[in-house]
Amino acid sequence: MSTTTDNKFLIGIYDDEDVLLHAVEHVRHAGIKIHEVFTPFPIHGMEDALGFKRSRLSKAAFMFGLTGFILAQTMIFYMMHLDEWKINVGGKSTIPYPDFIPVSFEATVLLSAFGMVGTFLVVSNLLPGVKPRNFDIRSTDDKFVVAIELEKNSLSVDQMSIMLKEQGASEVYEKVVD
Amino acid sequence: MAHKELHFNLDETFLFTSKAKQKIFTLIGVGFLVFILGIVILAFNSGKEASHHALAEHTTEHTTSAVHNDHDAVTSHEHEGHEAYHWSQRIWATLWVNNVFFTGIAIIGLFFVAYNYVAWAGWSATLIRIPLALPSFLPITFVLMALVFIFGHHTLFHWTHAGITDPSSTNYDKIIAGKKGFLNVPFYVIRTIVYFGAWLLIYSIIRKFSIKQDLEKENSVKYHNRIIYFSAMFLVVFGVSSSMSAWDWVMSIDTHWFSTMFGWYQLASWHVSGLATITLITIFLKEQGYLKMVNINHLHDLGKFMFAFSIFWTYVWFSQFLLIYYANITEETTYFMDRLFRFDNVYTPFFIINILINFIFPVLFLMSRDAKRQLLFLKIAAFGILGGHWLDFFLMIHPGALKQNGGFGFLELGSIMIYVGLFVYVISYTLSKAPLVAKNHPMLEESLHHNI
Repeated sequence: MSTTTDNKFLIGIYDDEDVLLHAVEHVRHAGIKIHEVFTPFPIHGMEDALGFKRSRLSKAAFMFGLTGFILAQTMIFYMMHLDEWKINVGGKSTIPYPDFIPVSFEATVLLSAFGMVGTFLVVSNLLPGVKPRNFDIRSTDDKFVVAIELEKNSLSVDQMSIMLKEQGASEVYEKVVD
Repeated sequence: MAHKELHFNLDETFLFTSKAKQKIFTLIGVGFLVFILGIVILAFNSGKEASHHALAEHTTEHTTSAVHNDHDAVTSHEHEGHEAYHWSQRIWATLWVNNVFFTGIAIIGLFFVAYNYVAWAGWSATLIRIPLALPSFLPITFVLMALVFIFGHHTLFHWTHAGITDPSSTNYDKIIAGKKGFLNVPFYVIRTIVYFGAWLLIYSIIRKFSIKQDLEKENSVKYHNRIIYFSAMFLVVFGVSSSMSAWDWVMSIDTHWFSTMFGWYQLASWHVSGLATITLITIFLKEQGYLKMVNINHLHDLGKFMFAFSIFWTYVWFSQFLLIYYANITEETTYFMDRLFRFDNVYTPFFIINILINFIFPVLFLMSRDAKRQLLFLKIAAFGILGGHWLDFFLMIHPGALKQNGGFGFLELGSIMIYVGLFVYVISYTLSKAPLVAKNHPMLEESLHHNI
């Protein structure tokens, strides 16, 4: 990311997930746009509180799975039937459809699993060589971190700090993250 | 959301109104009429087509004996004991289908309760009384099963024929004689009584503790732990008895054939039917204004259960099919030959519908999240699954017991109506005897806030 633009964030640190959840609801209600929340573990209901749309991950999984299915079908069909050396198993047809199902199933699961791992790495900035964006290192331990991008909010830093504190933040500070 | 106070009436009890009873009696009455109509049609047809029948019997006899020569060249004088078919045999086979199916639904209620308790599942605490009511139908199926066995064992179980294990008899069958240590009437009867006895015993203990828990709030954890103890015991008992009952009640109909997958296959079919029944009862109770505390998230979970176990059923069904198809050993393939190609293709359409309705339909219908959160969709899926799995048991029992004389007609329809009526009556009665919610369940609070 370029360093010319100022990526100034207001960071709020919370100690308790319930306090955080209510703070997020309240702050968003007051019209502040939250960039992201970082927590040591998933918090139930946080997606709703942040107003996130439903993830498109399931659609991605379906597409990866479909790719695997088609790949397996083509592969077995070629090996068993299209290839010059047709494979004869117990005198059955060279397109024994029931036999295709386990292989297709496995390839579907394999490709959707690989695809999902890859997708996860990409969307969470975890691919090898990518520097992960870490707003506050303590979010990997026992703190809950709210990041608010200053550029996208019209309220002043002081106003927002006071609001976060009022909602139970133990600590609020500004930080430049690129 | 967390920490929001929720107020529900946890003491509500289902009222089994006389209006509801009247509806059920009407259903049973109409079922009886349809059943009698089916019998009349069968008796009338068998008289009219006696000559045609004899001809058909003759030709199929040839094909079946050819197959038996294939798989058992050793017993040269194998006599299948093909005595003349009488139309009344279809009554016993049809009643047996219903018996096995409804016994399964009833015992799956306890199975559901047991694995939810053993897994410390909190989400199901609000609706646990519904599966807990299902096994109260077991005594009825036990009596009906005993009656059908007494009158219809000759039709259903080839191994009960006289002289079949006696080498000097013309009825002698070497394969069945080899199985006589397990497949003999006294041992069979003892086993069946043991299954029902063990299931009903553990059921009565678990239900007793669950109801005591309602009265003694201070001892709720103690009773909860006792239920977990007996639930774990039931899972061990059911792990063995579910498989063995499948061999006894269903697999021994095709006596010459066996499959190591069969116990799983029947359990999978029972389980998904039981889950569909639990979902339907929950939805019906909600529609009548009960169970306000069961929200759409609980139903979503039940929908996921139906979806997942429809796939599990397919997995087991297909595992059994693929191994037999691939190995291509005659005495194994005969099971699928009977259902797919033999007997003038009587069962071919049912065989294909079975896979469509039990796999393709639930998978496509329940795949999306939104479908599992709509009561109407869940209801359609549950009815489809129940019908489909009745058909599954029909396909397990009719071809083996009746050969080419099976089929689906008024007799089958009427029998389903009678059994459904009895089942709904008994379950409603049991539900009305105790509060609908286990109000002192230690994890009730978690269930009230259930959100996915």
